Amino acid sequence: MSILIDKNTRLLVQGITGHEGLFHSQQMLAYGTKVVAGVTPGKGGDWVLDGKVPVFDSCKAAVEATGANASVIFVSARFAPDAIFEAADAGIPFIVCITEGIPVQDMMRVREYLDQKGTRLLGPNCPGLLTPGEAKVGIIPGNIAIPGNVGCISRSGTLTYEVLYALMQEGMGASTCVGIGGDPINGTNFIDCLRMFEDDPKTEKVVMIGEIGGTDEEKAAQFIARNMTKPVVSFIAGQTAPPGKRMGHAGAIIEGGSGTAADKIKALEAAGVKVAKHPEEIPSLLK
Amino acid sequence: MKLHEYQSKQIFGKYGVPVPKGHVAATAMEARQIAEELGGRVVVKSQVLVGGRGKAGGIRLAKNPKEAEEVAAAILGMEIKGLPVRKVLVDPAANIEQEIYLGITNDRAARRPVFMASAAGGVDIEEVARTSPEKIIKVHIDPLLGLRDYQARDIALGIDLPKEHWKQFGEICHGLYRAYMDCDATLAEINPLVILKENTLMALDGKMLLDDNALFRHPDLAEMRDVDEEAAAETEARKYDLSFIKLDGSIGCMVNGAGLAMTTMDIVKLFGGDPANFLDIGGGAGAEKVAAAMRIILSDKNVKAILFNIFGGITRCDEVAKGILVALKEVKPTIPMVVRLVGTNAEEGRKLLADAKMITAETLADAAKKAVAAANA
Repeated sequence: MSILIDKNTRLLVQGITGHEGLFHSQQMLAYGTKVVAGVTPGKGGDWVLDGKVPVFDSCKAAVEATGANASVIFVSARFAPDAIFEAADAGIPFIVCITEGIPVQDMMRVREYLDQKGTRLLGPNCPGLLTPGEAKVGIIPGNIAIPGNVGCISRSGTLTYEVLYALMQEGMGASTCVGIGGDPINGTNFIDCLRMFEDDPKTEKVVMIGEIGGTDEEKAAQFIARNMTKPVVSFIAGQTAPPGKRMGHAGAIIEGGSGTAADKIKALEAAGVKVAKHPEEIPSLLK
Repeated sequence: MKLHEYQSKQIFGKYGVPVPKGHVAATAMEARQIAEELGGRVVVKSQVLVGGRGKAGGIRLAKNPKEAEEVAAAILGMEIKGLPVRKVLVDPAANIEQEIYLGITNDRAARRPVFMASAAGGVDIEEVARTSPEKIIKVHIDPLLGLRDYQARDIALGIDLPKEHWKQFGEICHGLYRAYMDCDATLAEINPLVILKENTLMALDGKMLLDDNALFRHPDLAEMRDVDEEAAAETEARKYDLSFIKLDGSIGCMVNGAGLAMTTMDIVKLFGGDPANFLDIGGGAGAEKVAAAMRIILSDKNVKAILFNIFGGITRCDEVAKGILVALKEVKPTIPMVVRLVGTNAEEGRKLLADAKMITAETLADAAKKAVAAANA
């Protein structure tokens, strides 16, 4: 068991003929993910990756021909909102958007529309997700994690890799690792993932990596206090970040005195979560 | 990206929001000419991208053109919160009956735009928000439907606006909403929106923040960026698509990924050092970007050591190592450097740097400790 993706996931790649899309499709395929189709408007009929993956002009055509049930988007920021709408309209229930830099007003419309359709989105501006030994969707390197019982959720990309790597060094593995992304408005949030990990029999412990900005970590802390029976260990990035400055991620900004690391750590500790002082401390807190 | 008051008000004016007929001046003489054209009393307002201008003495009344010149000369010589005043806005003085606050911003928790309004507008709105938040009315807008007329009325009702102003207030709300949407703003704010003694409404002050991610579709707005108002290093970093923020410490940090860059700063602090910057070189950074990043870090004279923390994913460690070598050749830094490479092609990267006389580290904690020791040596 795992959450969101497994060896049966039939993946469609939007933007498969682009530089990033092609490279990561190759990586996902090599990891064992069932990459069943690609979409690039105007390149329908082509085959890529040594003739293993057919390319279609539209998501609708790709879904009809291949039964794809998840999509990953490697399309530039100006076209990504349309790609998300297209995937949702093609009936794909789970969409992962890797793209960074989508305007926030576009994301407000996307999220509103997807909520009405009941489509799940992961990201944007995220590394995707990895169920070690089964499938990976997105860009998380496959060789830094082993199968195990730790569920991971993170707002950051490379910081997630750091944590997976630290776990692996200690012989600990992940059930699924989910990168929810660093944008202020995204699809799947901490609470969605916590709930899924709580219900997943293979997950016994959870690591939650937050950062400054917004109040999602505080809300997650409330959820943990009320609903989680499995232990949660956390780390919050940005303890030294100055207010009013966007720390790379569009969502990582301390505004009007809220969203500080100190507030988040306080809320999590009050909910019984062990908060690591730095990422390499996480494995020992999980033991 | 922040817009100046005068830029924000120009935009609001285009969307039918009534604004004063003032102009911007860069010299005291120009301020006098504007005051002469306007006639009567004027208000001279410093144009800097920080709040609290009024309290700092950066907004002053002038009774006549001669006084406008004097006041402008004084304000143009000022620094407000460390920012030198380079421009002033000269507006006709208004006869104010009441000050209202009206703004629209993104409510990230609700994932929708939210209008905020208060009958207690003016300089102390932050204080109102803190001490009596119930005095601030909030109305969320469906991003697929946009602002509806009844919602504008709800806002007017919520702040007890006299009925005679509802129609104009509704037009102002719609104008502000369209300005916010069309410009991809993250904040569009009128504070104060005033009821004049003449019994009409007018936006006396304006503020807009724009979504940097949306500037690709607003080249005209992108050109409004005032680069005088930001650290030179931040302007330089933007040219190379690097995410950089200057801080006050002595340890320069070069990291791939925003979350990891913040974490690297935190861990430097945890082990007793002070980070000199936040710097994310981004995914897939090549040699040219790495060299630019190193130049930017070294342009800060407080920097006593540099910490490179690269976790290769999309970014390949050997590519970054090549960049470091190019940069070393070009910049010839004399300060100690600690490097940690993990992940994709880390081994190849380490080999490339073997002769570069850099201090190497295995773990994040180890790297931070070594950088702190090197900066203090």
